[in-house]
Amino acid sequence: MENQKASAYYENRAVQFGVVSTDWLAQAQSATVHSPPHNNDDDEEIPFSVISEFDRWRKHPDLAEAVAAIRALAAVIRSSKASTMMQLEIQLKNASDTLKCWDTTSISLTAACDLFMRYVTRTSALEYEDFNSAKSRLLERAEKFGEISFKARKIIAMLSQDFIFDGCTILVHGFSRVVLQILKLAAQNNKLFRVFCTEGRPDRTGLRLSNELAKLDVPVKLVIDSAVAYTMDEVDMVFVGADGVVESGGIINMMGTYQISLVAKSMSKPVYVAAESYKFARLYPLDQKDLAPALRPVDFGVPIPSKVEVECSARDYTPPQYLTLLFTDLGVLTPSVVSDELIQLYL
Amino acid sequence: MDPSRRAPRAVIDPVPKIRQVGFFAPPESSQSGPLDPTHSSPPISNSLSPVMIPPPRHLSDNLLLHDPRPAASPLSSASAVAAAGSGNSFDSADFFPAPLSPAMPSSSYSSRIATGGASDGGYFKGNGAGGKLAASSFPRGGFDLTAMKAASLVPASELTTVSVVNDSLGIPEKEKGNKTGGSAVEVKDQPNSSKQQKPKPKTSKAERRALQEAQRAAKAAEKGEGSKASGTAASTNPKPAKAVKPAQKVDNAAIAASEKKGGEIPPEKDRKKDAPQPRLQYDDKSRVEKAKRRAVVKQTEARNRVELFRHLPQYERGSQLPDLEAKFFHLSPVHPLVYKVGLQYLTGDISGGNARCIAMLQAFQEAIKDYKVPPEKTLVRDLTAKIGSYVSFLIECRPLSISMGNAIRFLKSRIAKLPLTLSESEAKASLESDIECFISEKIILANKVIVKHAVTKIRDGDVLLTFGSSSAVEMILLHAHELGRQFRVVVVDSRPKLRGQLLLRRLVENGLSCTYTHINAVSYIMHEVTRVFLGASAVLSNGTVYSRVGTACVAMVAHAFRVPVIVCCEAYKFHERVQLDSICSNELGNPDVISNVLGREDVKHLDGWANIENLQLLNLVYDATPSDYVSMIVTDYGMVPPTSVPVIVREYGREQVWI
Repeated sequence: MENQKASAYYENRAVQFGVVSTDWLAQAQSATVHSPPHNNDDDEEIPFSVISEFDRWRKHPDLAEAVAAIRALAAVIRSSKASTMMQLEIQLKNASDTLKCWDTTSISLTAACDLFMRYVTRTSALEYEDFNSAKSRLLERAEKFGEISFKARKIIAMLSQDFIFDGCTILVHGFSRVVLQILKLAAQNNKLFRVFCTEGRPDRTGLRLSNELAKLDVPVKLVIDSAVAYTMDEVDMVFVGADGVVESGGIINMMGTYQISLVAKSMSKPVYVAAESYKFARLYPLDQKDLAPALRPVDFGVPIPSKVEVECSARDYTPPQYLTLLFTDLGVLTPSVVSDELIQLYL
Repeated sequence: MDPSRRAPRAVIDPVPKIRQVGFFAPPESSQSGPLDPTHSSPPISNSLSPVMIPPPRHLSDNLLLHDPRPAASPLSSASAVAAAGSGNSFDSADFFPAPLSPAMPSSSYSSRIATGGASDGGYFKGNGAGGKLAASSFPRGGFDLTAMKAASLVPASELTTVSVVNDSLGIPEKEKGNKTGGSAVEVKDQPNSSKQQKPKPKTSKAERRALQEAQRAAKAAEKGEGSKASGTAASTNPKPAKAVKPAQKVDNAAIAASEKKGGEIPPEKDRKKDAPQPRLQYDDKSRVEKAKRRAVVKQTEARNRVELFRHLPQYERGSQLPDLEAKFFHLSPVHPLVYKVGLQYLTGDISGGNARCIAMLQAFQEAIKDYKVPPEKTLVRDLTAKIGSYVSFLIECRPLSISMGNAIRFLKSRIAKLPLTLSESEAKASLESDIECFISEKIILANKVIVKHAVTKIRDGDVLLTFGSSSAVEMILLHAHELGRQFRVVVVDSRPKLRGQLLLRRLVENGLSCTYTHINAVSYIMHEVTRVFLGASAVLSNGTVYSRVGTACVAMVAHAFRVPVIVCCEAYKFHERVQLDSICSNELGNPDVISNVLGREDVKHLDGWANIENLQLLNLVYDATPSDYVSMIVTDYGMVPPTSVPVIVREYGREQVWI
């Protein structure tokens, strides 16, 4: 086996999804060896407080990583001891950069930090009021942004109900809490539909999703990843989540999304993306290799010869022409509107 | 005096009415003979057939007219008919706007006659007749009688309107006629009540209306002359509408207008304002002649022009430059630096959207520096006019690019916004700094931002293809090379300008690995290309990329090979226009340059091509690339898909206003 270092992206996903693999166990054991260097971080107050605050929010089971980052940044404003607006902005920017460096491959984390900075600092209060009023106004906007982001999932679930009709069959790829919430709400509304879950190797995300859906009494069929084209005849629509929504209107998601979208496009099935607006990122990939790689180990169950090279990328990029609609808390958008939203926010 | 004056007019005007009435009245069969030659033309006979309906009402009117008269006159029947005729003519005075366009059916008896006359003899005649009828209505003093008559005429006019529509208008225009008839009837109802309430002010308003009608008649006469040219016919049609609307406004001002009328007028105004001024179409000979007389540059029309592109300007080269050079030291309204820039445009020494825009703005900057306000004139107005004349001169040397158009619009908006309290030197300093800011921010700094964004798309091992020579693309390649990226460049070139050779030379001097090819081999080399970088002269609202000719071809081949196409364009080159092809707007180059091959003196098969009638050479300068073939547009606002160009145009326009 190659001793490739797994990216933080994969570590986060593994922890959140509770998937146990042999490599994970090995890394867990090696993590205990690295515990002493963490003590050095205690000496620096600001980076430690941001990261610890982020970790505290991240442990919440239903809270997205990006929302945890937003909450942590709001806490930075709350606990800041700066006496001028410039100092506060510098501290906030340092905290944001610290969070982004914590996981450079997480697109939603970077996008959420950027959007938070943009949202919070784009207010006229910075110029006219005294510092305390301005700080409280910043804090108000920060908490409002956190609240909006936290409620995004419910809004998306409500918006998506119009697209799920009785008797439909939905293909789901990857474990996305937004997609799970959509299906849960549809089941609660007594809609009769069937779900095909892809296996989702090597993370086996499909197994987890099928477990969740089985608890809701939703008919589920688990298909292996290579059976997507075979089952696409029976499928009425494809639901996927998104790690990030890029400026071209395409999405970055778990490996396999692009492949499924190509199949769906050729067989004229709509592909719907459920994504929160804080995952909108100012990136414009032109092909798969344009992204910073997010690597993960692949467990084939048997030893792989050292001469064999293994593709370890964890996600792919789906261009906008293969996507039908994006369900976001800003509304149901076509892929071409993503850039418009980003332009209006960042200009 | 008044009765004696009234008598001859009454005698003259009702002559045609006597004949017409007599023609249809059986008792007076003796007068039917002379009417025949007058009404021999078919349209008059068609329009006259509805006249059979009104006679019974006219008889009743005559009875009414008889009673108020205290004394019997020897010409009692003639005066009765005269009174009826003058009453009708007064009605026509009220509704004069209707006859302005022959297609509109008239709502009153005499107006219908006037309309018939207009369609028969000409537009001018009809207007003249209308004017005469209006003038003849002044001596009448019986307003009440006229009002009563007008009220009685309403149902008859409705019937005649319907019949006229059926007879003279085709099916497509039937709706228009009905609408016009309805509005005419509505207009008719309003003045009745106001007449009864205020007889005296009505007279003064009538006099004013007569003056307006006379002016309108004069304008219509001029337009009548203009309608002779077939090219101008299209532009003549909107003008009568303008003439009609002021009359409606006057009526509404005099009368309390209903909500519907009040609501209808503003949208029309908005539509007028929103409509852009049409560009000069060079297949319209009369307008081309006018433009020639005002031109500074002596232009000679090119022979053997391509039929499909006759609407674009094309001149013979060779005669312009000596004329301009000879005139350089003459007293000229054009500033010497602007003159020099024009010459450089003409010779091609300055080419490319950015270079031309910067040169133009710098020349304007110097012209503003040397500018002095003439006595008794405002800086804002006079400077705007002067800049306009400079722009006209530059257009004559070479048509403007869209970037230059946007820059000129920016400059004129700056001039218009100058506070009146500023002194002359302060205003000039402000304008100079505005121009400096525009050049440094929108062009130079924008290029740096574009380079910073685009360089992220270049990786080690890439093969980049570019077409022609673009300053933005060149800066990107050089900067990527400085960053240590290992890539190769394919420079695609095309005749007749072969701009790629200059780019190739500069790239090789900086140490880049290059491949040079012509556009005919682009499909052969595209399979090894990983990225295509293109410059643009403009990006239009629907994402169309307007660039040098050949760009669309390269983009389409790249799209077919699934190679990403990256267009690098500054935001100040974006335009809100929508263009679907390269024909309605383009620039024609010199055809002679494509009849020769550079460096091959022996190839001269097309010498003297201008003398061959069935041979035309077409040298287009630009083409339009549809947005489907563009993967990404790199601009100073970031990397955007072609579908987001309207958002940037809107934000960019707003930002300009805020500055």
